[in-house]
Amino acid sequence: MTPVIEVEHLNFAYEPGFPVVEDAAFSIMPGQSGCIVGPNGGGKSTLLKLLLGLLSPDSGKIRLFGKSPAEARRQVGYMPQYHQLDPSFPVTALEVAVMGRLRPGFFPFYSRRDKETAMDALTELGIADLAGRSFADLSGGQRQRVLIARALACRPGLLLLDEPTANIDPGAEEQFYATLARLRQRMTVLTVSHDLGFVNRETDVIICVNRKVSIHRAENFTAEAADAVYHHRMNLIRHDHACFCRCGGGHDE
Amino acid sequence: MSELIRELFSPELAFLRCALLVGVLASPALGVVGTLVVTRRISSLAGACAHAALGGVGLALFLQRVLRLVWCTPTIGAVAGALCAAVVVGVVSLSAKEREDTVIAVVWALGMSIGLLFLERTPGYVDWQGYLFGNILLLSKSDIVMTALLDAAVLIPMMLFYPAVLAMSFDTTFSELRGVRTTTIYLVLLALTACTIVLLLNVVGIILVIALLTLPAATAGCFTRHLWSMMASAAVLSCVFVIGGLLGSFYYRLPSGPAIVVLAGVVYLAALGFSKWRGKRR
Repeated sequence: MTPVIEVEHLNFAYEPGFPVVEDAAFSIMPGQSGCIVGPNGGGKSTLLKLLLGLLSPDSGKIRLFGKSPAEARRQVGYMPQYHQLDPSFPVTALEVAVMGRLRPGFFPFYSRRDKETAMDALTELGIADLAGRSFADLSGGQRQRVLIARALACRPGLLLLDEPTANIDPGAEEQFYATLARLRQRMTVLTVSHDLGFVNRETDVIICVNRKVSIHRAENFTAEAADAVYHHRMNLIRHDHACFCRCGGGHDE
Repeated sequence: MSELIRELFSPELAFLRCALLVGVLASPALGVVGTLVVTRRISSLAGACAHAALGGVGLALFLQRVLRLVWCTPTIGAVAGALCAAVVVGVVSLSAKEREDTVIAVVWALGMSIGLLFLERTPGYVDWQGYLFGNILLLSKSDIVMTALLDAAVLIPMMLFYPAVLAMSFDTTFSELRGVRTTTIYLVLLALTACTIVLLLNVVGIILVIALLTLPAATAGCFTRHLWSMMASAAVLSCVFVIGGLLGSFYYRLPSGPAIVVLAGVVYLAALGFSKWRGKRR
């Protein structure tokens, strides 16, 4: 079976001598879902960009569905953090979602099927009623779900979500987890998160990134610590890099 | 009203007719390019292009009069200067290794200074104020033809690639992942911005051209929720601003560029205030 993601001996540095990702190796098999965790500045976003093919590794290899990231791009649905986008851009929710059907080349207009696919994605995320609303008028959580819908409209085999729980409205949280659980049955969902409670519930494997990268099975990871401790530990991981020694990150602080 | 129309068709006012025609013809290109400049937040880049155009004008006039290169007209110089600036700043902003705003400021000031230095050393009378503030007396039939060509150069690619342009203006990274050639589209947009600016130089001048490029789009942005409707409204508004400003300047004997820009600015501020007020009431 070809792994969905296969990373071997991956090294990357923005400047020579200051490695951001060092000798990373992990793989995710079909049917598994994962979560990338780690402190700020630890290389989570860099790893994500490498997986998307937006950055090229200095050495080592990345394979998505057995192909290079550039070749596999159209099988990947990507959700950026919404605050990276212009909040006052004149565009409706449906117009954003249908961008998932965008294709290169001349005359890239959307067919009716493209619009239906986008509408289905909005429905799946429970925001079909917002389709005609301006993106600028939506709340943070709603914008985030529009962006997930856009990623789903790509009909991806791999869904990459950058901090999907960062702005979720408290009331919509349970519904959001249920949606993710449903998606995981159809595709590999890889999230980047600093929220370990979220990691615990919604994932098979945990990828710890703090320059070095290590992978753990989620049940082993949680077995180590009871829920109460876990909460405590989550704070540790956010604020204290040394904690990563314990989950095998190989950090040498 | 009929008196106004009769006056407009009198032979002495050929220059005003010409200016009105250029203004009206330029509005589709202005609406589209202005909207993209506003939504992508590159108006300072457009400003740098405009000022670099003066560098091109100065160099071209110098070459034409001193070295007798007859083909080297100010318009060619302006296009070359603006395009150079667009390419330099565009490449810098794409590679993001330098501070983009610093590079824009350098190109802005350097372009203008080079232009003024060359104009100083160019023999004969040069109406440099006309370049800075616009001089509709300089407009000719060739400007009308060029403006029509610019409309075609802006509108045809827009009709062919609108979904890609929309997606790329909203989220460049995502569009790139979908296989869209975002760098190419961005550089074409910069080139079209440079050409639009040069064509409007004679109408409103280098210093005010940014206002005419951004104010109609910014005004339209207060009320629209689609990119295409923002473009269309911006085109209509720029048409209204140019006609209103030119006629106002004619009747009250005011310089045309500032008249157009003040009209556009007042309408923009009113629209901004109204949309904020409406937003609060909701």
